[in-house]
Amino acid sequence: MQLYDMPDARGHFGQYGGTFVAETLVEALEELRVMYEKYRHDPVFLAEYAYDLKHFVGRPSPIYHAKRLSDKVGGAQIYLKREDLNHTGAHKINNTIGQALLAKRMGKPRVIAETGAGQHGVATATIAARLGLECVVYMGSEDVKRQAPNVFRMKLLGATVVPVESGSKTLKDALNEAMRDWVTNVHNTFYIIGTVAGPHPYPMMVRDFQAIIGIEAKQQMHEMVGHQPEAVVACVGGGSNAMGIFYPYIDVPNVRLIGVEAAGLGMETGKHAAPLTANSAVGVLHGNRTYLMQDADGNIIETHSISAGLDYPGVGPEHAWLKDIKRAEYVAVTDDEAMAAFHNLCRTEGIIPALESSHALAYAEKLAKTMSKDKIILVNLSGRGDKDINTVAKLANITL
Amino acid sequence: MSRIKTVFANLKQQGKTALIPYITAGDPHPKFTVSLMHTLVEHGADMIELGVPFSDPMADGPVIQRASERALVHKVGLTAVLDMVKTFRQTDQATPIILMGYANPIEAVGAVAFADKAKAADVDGVITVDYPPEECGSFVKELQDRGIDPVFLLSPTTDAKRVELIVKQASGFVYYVSLKGVTGAANLDIVEVASRVASIREQTNLPVGVGFGIRDAATAKATAAIADAVVVGSRMVLAIEGSNEANLLSNVANLMTELKTAVDAA
Repeated sequence: MQLYDMPDARGHFGQYGGTFVAETLVEALEELRVMYEKYRHDPVFLAEYAYDLKHFVGRPSPIYHAKRLSDKVGGAQIYLKREDLNHTGAHKINNTIGQALLAKRMGKPRVIAETGAGQHGVATATIAARLGLECVVYMGSEDVKRQAPNVFRMKLLGATVVPVESGSKTLKDALNEAMRDWVTNVHNTFYIIGTVAGPHPYPMMVRDFQAIIGIEAKQQMHEMVGHQPEAVVACVGGGSNAMGIFYPYIDVPNVRLIGVEAAGLGMETGKHAAPLTANSAVGVLHGNRTYLMQDADGNIIETHSISAGLDYPGVGPEHAWLKDIKRAEYVAVTDDEAMAAFHNLCRTEGIIPALESSHALAYAEKLAKTMSKDKIILVNLSGRGDKDINTVAKLANITL
Repeated sequence: MSRIKTVFANLKQQGKTALIPYITAGDPHPKFTVSLMHTLVEHGADMIELGVPFSDPMADGPVIQRASERALVHKVGLTAVLDMVKTFRQTDQATPIILMGYANPIEAVGAVAFADKAKAADVDGVITVDYPPEECGSFVKELQDRGIDPVFLLSPTTDAKRVELIVKQASGFVYYVSLKGVTGAANLDIVEVASRVASIREQTNLPVGVGFGIRDAATAKATAAIADAVVVGSRMVLAIEGSNEANLLSNVANLMTELKTAVDAA
């Protein structure tokens, strides 16, 4: 069997990925590519990364058999990979540690990041504080308003949060602005991208740093039940938690990989953030070619999801590739379905999931009903829902 | 001979440097774009760089971002921009038009279909900011097969090896981005730019245009002394932004006259 070996040397996953950037960024990306190639297999670098994951993040994150939830749903057993238990409350920290260690080795004293809900911003501010790096986080001004607690967390950690007023004032515009900063300050600045998107080598590098999720899961499932799950389910916005858990499973036969996008108000309304499920046109944004939500003129359209972390018009290029080669399946669940799954997990298992992860839970529940009780679905519980309590309260017309 | 070549050849004979103003198509309103283009030519534009509005202009500073946003309010897409070029050509068959924009609007049409449409609209050159030579596939050939010049950007961080790769694909001219950063940023270092332009000339016979950071008569004049073309973008867009319907054309004309005088004095 041919082992999965993507991307190619220039960061292409078939027709997807690549380095679609202005000439001013080409050298910076080349420098990053060379440095990442140098360190990705370096034992000292990897040992330092592993040390931080263990002692700073608290890895390995456990796998938990959600028995009451499984019984209530009726059908396959649902297991949760508990990324919500990581320091800072989500999988994002796995990647920011890897990139920040690389920044240090490259002699860059300043790191920048884009953030939507604020989880990646917090994870970046956290590691920047830990390593003594200056940190600037770009965040759409709409998101700054919606995610005030995370903005304050970043400030507590010593980061500067810059509200972005251009475009739709959300995640994609924050990414544009971070790129503009990077072009201008590339001599002393490392750009820590939070998802498996952006120009090469980011999609590959972020995947590699998140792959610890799947590497642990394979070993833990083996220890717990002696075999691998029938299906692995993860939510997909840009797609970093999903790539992290999928990647080590790509060459494992008979494990279905299912990415769950945000159907927002419903696929039929057009108000969603599900370019893969909608079979959106392929295009170029943020340095790579992928499925993109866009109008006939090739302008990016506004997305909708109750979960800020999934509210992105594109998707990591490797997901586009896995969809086309049919190694992964992509589906979408609505805001309402995700909310129902959110409450279900709170009440049956005593775990408050992030709204992003609630999308994966919602689909896992649907899927479980179609499978027998001896089958296993592993859900990547990518983050905890503490950050979402204001959103949830507002939906119930409760003022905190 | 292509229009771009003709213009550079004529200016060279006169010992002059080309002045290339940039405007975003559809800014401040699509009804003004063609008149603005004619105004630019009447007041000294040797070529026009016409920006194709895009929702996510990653390489542009706030001034040109706002121009894109103003144009997109009126849904000015690539097809509408090509229609404006067609209208302009009804009364001006001489001035080269160079489209400047991002890859996605072109991908939405398709590279071949876009090249056909650009040819039909009588476009002379295309700058695609986020299509480096490694990624644009057959796009360069599709353009050149139709007599359209693919114009590439060179930056302060482009090393000699990459300059070699880029000038092999480019035609018409190459565009040296005179500073690290986005359009409209400050601090143009003219000595540094002169030295870079000189080394680019060692690698190509193509004319070298310089842009990014040219904000007044003085910087335009200094740049004109070392380049074959001076591109003025954000400053031009600022003049449009600061105008009302009544003084739009006269404000742009005044700025052009000032810049043209400076460039010719170099």
